Amino acid sequence: MLELKNLVFEVPSGPDGDVKRIIDDLSLSIGDDRFTVITGPNGGGKSTLAKLIMGIETPTSGQILFDGQDITALPITERARLGIGYGFQQPARFKGMTVKKLLDIAAGRKLPMLACNEYLAKVGLCSASYLTREVDKSLSGGEVKRIEIATILARDPKLAIYDEPEAGIDLWSFDRLTETFRDIHAARDGRSIVIISHQERIIQLADEIVLLRNGQVVETGTPEELMPKLGFAARGLDDYGCPLSTPTELHLTEIPTTC
Amino acid sequence: MAVDLSPIDEGLLAEIANLHGMPKGAFNIRKDGELVERHSSAFIEISTKTDVPGIDIRIAPGTKGETVYIPVIVTQSGLKDVVYNTFYIGEDCDVKIVAGCGIHNHSDQASEHDGIHSFYCGKNSRVVYVEKHYGEGEGTGERILNPTTNVYLEEGAYCEMEMVQLRGVTSTVRDTNAELGADAKLVLVEKLLTHDRQTAESNMKVELKGEGSSVQVISRSVAQDDSVQVFNPLVIGEAACRGHVQCDAIIMGNAKVKAIPGIEAASEDAMLVHEAAIGKIAGDQIVKLMTLGLTEEEAEQEILEDFLN
Repeated sequence: MLELKNLVFEVPSGPDGDVKRIIDDLSLSIGDDRFTVITGPNGGGKSTLAKLIMGIETPTSGQILFDGQDITALPITERARLGIGYGFQQPARFKGMTVKKLLDIAAGRKLPMLACNEYLAKVGLCSASYLTREVDKSLSGGEVKRIEIATILARDPKLAIYDEPEAGIDLWSFDRLTETFRDIHAARDGRSIVIISHQERIIQLADEIVLLRNGQVVETGTPEELMPKLGFAARGLDDYGCPLSTPTELHLTEIPTTC
Repeated sequence: MAVDLSPIDEGLLAEIANLHGMPKGAFNIRKDGELVERHSSAFIEISTKTDVPGIDIRIAPGTKGETVYIPVIVTQSGLKDVVYNTFYIGEDCDVKIVAGCGIHNHSDQASEHDGIHSFYCGKNSRVVYVEKHYGEGEGTGERILNPTTNVYLEEGAYCEMEMVQLRGVTSTVRDTNAELGADAKLVLVEKLLTHDRQTAESNMKVELKGEGSSVQVISRSVAQDDSVQVFNPLVIGEAACRGHVQCDAIIMGNAKVKAIPGIEAASEDAMLVHEAAIGKIAGDQIVKLMTLGLTEEEAEQEILEDFLN
């Protein structure tokens, strides 16, 4: 159970000590076994919220509770050890570190080759040769991104946060990835998934959608409740005058799944 | 001639040559300027030089799958050991050579070992050379290692050299020279880590003389604390050849790193490329490993180990 209470995050803006509020008095609860998708316009505070939960950013005020424990002041490492995981939108690259080594670090133990191959297969990397490759610039953006997601699968945290996992991934791999998220959720073994996404097919998997705009939770609900509204918003028909950015970002058109 | 090895000696040998006890096959172990034990094999003959200190290692043509160990250890302070080791590798060989020098200095006097290694690799031979340098000991005396490596590759020969110096060496000046014949290929990998007030200088000169010859120079280094590193790799292309020089350094604390990769072409068909990069450990790397449960220190250590792996 993750509870965010009156969370505020401000950054300096301008020379006169002005501040810009990125997260604005946000409160939100995410229960165990829940699949939550956070969506909303660019600049709405989604990635910042994820970083506040992981401890990469520190809130200006407010409280973060994880399974009842106040983790607001805990460093990243401690939160990771408590069971929070974070898949970066733009993953780091490591010269000299093999994919196998990164997966081992993520799992906290030496993994058998077979297990590594399974994690890679789940993100659509179906060649065992990836294990000995280095996580450096020799890998493409989409490959690094999928390896990033595989590290979270290997870590198997109690609460996994994925920041736009679909970004930079081709349609074939995206298909496989969607299945993987569905499988994790179907297992319902006390783990929670939070995905920041604009992808209709990921949004449809959610138990709950959280619509974030200007650092505030505007609306929450099931896909049935919120999908029609999101669709209208994308077409510029809602009261906010297309606040949900452009339709290309929302990918609300049908995605071919036959390829 | 056999000298008993102390636990310190055995520790040094394990560190530099991964040796536990005496190796099988051909080997020559030198301690404090003197021979400890030597063994030749059916195809590899090791003999003492008559003009200067050192040994000649002659590997018969067609020798395949053998490993030669020639480690050196220095435990006596105030000693300056200079040794010339020359390898004559016949045609069509496939061998591995494990060298290395470990210094244990417990006093305030300097210990120095200068190894001058020359390799004459015959046609179509394949040689893998591994050299590890290491220093330890509680004394304040300097631990100095100044290796010179000369490589001559005949037509179609392939040589892979991995030269590693991780920790403990106060000062080093490394000179590496190579000449390549037609279709010869050289891969030079150098890995260095300096700390405290250590200094390291690495000069390389690779001459690509034959058609179709190629060289790849890969230098990875970490400079910590107040240490200073200077790299001068130079590749000269005199024929239709390929050369690639890559220097990558991680800089930490108050260290200084200077990389001056050079390429010179004297043939319009020479293709030479150099890259050099110096930078600190990227923040996103540390944060990523922390989200996987490592502390900041553990993350830093992990990144350095992999970088020098």
